[in-house]
Amino acid sequence: MSDFLRIQDVSVAYGDIQALWDVSLNVEEGEIVALIGPNGAGKTTLMRAVAGLNPLRSGSIYLADKALHTLRAYQIAEQGVILVPEGRRLFGGLTVLDNLELGAYPKRARQVRADTLKLVYELFPLLADRRLQRANTMSGGQQQMLAIGRALMGVPRLLMLDEPSLGLGPLVVESIFETIKHMNEQGVTVFLVEQNARQALELANRAYILEQGSIAGTGVAQDLLNDDRVQQAYLGICPAPEA
Amino acid sequence: MLLKLEDVSKAFKGLMAVHGVSTEVHEGEILGLIGPNGAGKTTLFNLITGVYPPTEGRILFEDKDITRVAPHARCWMGIARTFQLVRPFPELTVLDNAAMGRVYGRDPVKSRSKAEKASVASLEVVGLTARASEKAKSLTLVDRKRLELARALATKPKLLLLDELLAGLNPSEVLTSMELIKSIRDTGITIIMVEHLVKAVFGIADRIVVLSAGELIAQGTPAEIACDQNVIDAYLGKSLRV
Repeated sequence: MSDFLRIQDVSVAYGDIQALWDVSLNVEEGEIVALIGPNGAGKTTLMRAVAGLNPLRSGSIYLADKALHTLRAYQIAEQGVILVPEGRRLFGGLTVLDNLELGAYPKRARQVRADTLKLVYELFPLLADRRLQRANTMSGGQQQMLAIGRALMGVPRLLMLDEPSLGLGPLVVESIFETIKHMNEQGVTVFLVEQNARQALELANRAYILEQGSIAGTGVAQDLLNDDRVQQAYLGICPAPEA
Repeated sequence: MLLKLEDVSKAFKGLMAVHGVSTEVHEGEILGLIGPNGAGKTTLFNLITGVYPPTEGRILFEDKDITRVAPHARCWMGIARTFQLVRPFPELTVLDNAAMGRVYGRDPVKSRSKAEKASVASLEVVGLTARASEKAKSLTLVDRKRLELARALATKPKLLLLDELLAGLNPSEVLTSMELIKSIRDTGITIIMVEHLVKAVFGIADRIVVLSAGELIAQGTPAEIACDQNVIDAYLGKSLRV
């Protein structure tokens, strides 16, 4: 299998603050790949770079050999790379249905909108029940489902989720993660950013550890669950070396 | 005891951002304040510096109750802070920026020339002497962070709070800044630092306080904290599998 998403030597800076240093990683078709790491490691920055929301200082990003880093964000969405942003970023004053339909904005998604909507309602029956409710009147977990549903309306080839568990209770997180797994089984390739490393590793096939803007390790997710490098990335070595 | 928090809580509407935190800061130590996203670190910082009063609890500085004392008055008492997003006055010189701290700090100097003279020393501590007459806007990020530090030092603090001083710096800048923090502590200033870079904190802090979801879940030496199961769970998340 060849690389589906290929990120090569990507560096990103905000003014004179460099957030990513020569990051390379790949996601193969059909995989769930997690990007884990502590606060401020650069996880969101990388995801936004793939989506075309952060310009690269250097490096390249390809989806199935098509260059993404030369495209604008909407053109990248047109390629089927869809981001579920951190904090969901729904249109709060619009209804559930409005939000979903806006997700089908890319041309390739518009043509199949009615069919996709049916699939999304099957996946999240709750969204069908609440289709005329305003998004901002729903609970955090329901909003996260809507954010994922909206992304699915864009018919993703690569679905990117930025901290889908953020601020949600354990039961809701479990159901969100089950949904991600289910979508993946239906053929959606998933690239996931999570601060909750253990849960992400239980869900993913493979994972990368990002630390201070660089890849600090990678491996099969199951193996990383018991890998000291993960704990080290967050907390350093136990016991900590003497200062 | 320099600073004491007694059962301090802060609620924003329904949300308990800080809940029942009690701890003490000893004179001359570097205390690291860490915790995952949303743990309440910034809120606790703002409570100590007086940005807002706690919903419950008391804060004591040198045995005086400062729970309701305004931020500028806390600065007069000897509490200074730096901000994560540094905000020097861009059109003023580096020296004038630092002098601002001398004018509005503890034991203030009201004459501009005297304040400038008195601030030269703080520029020296952070290594900005050579750039004293340049405009602040010409500095690189790491130098702007040093200036932020010099301005805080110019207030002659007893307690200095550092908010993400290391964020955005490259690894070698992080190392030199860690040395700088240690050298400031060695002049007798007590330091509380909030950092995302947990490993850096472990390298210089005498003690660590860990917040998670607004509660103090552990405090101890870096070696104790790095091995604390509650802390590990807070950082890596809880498994969905029981």
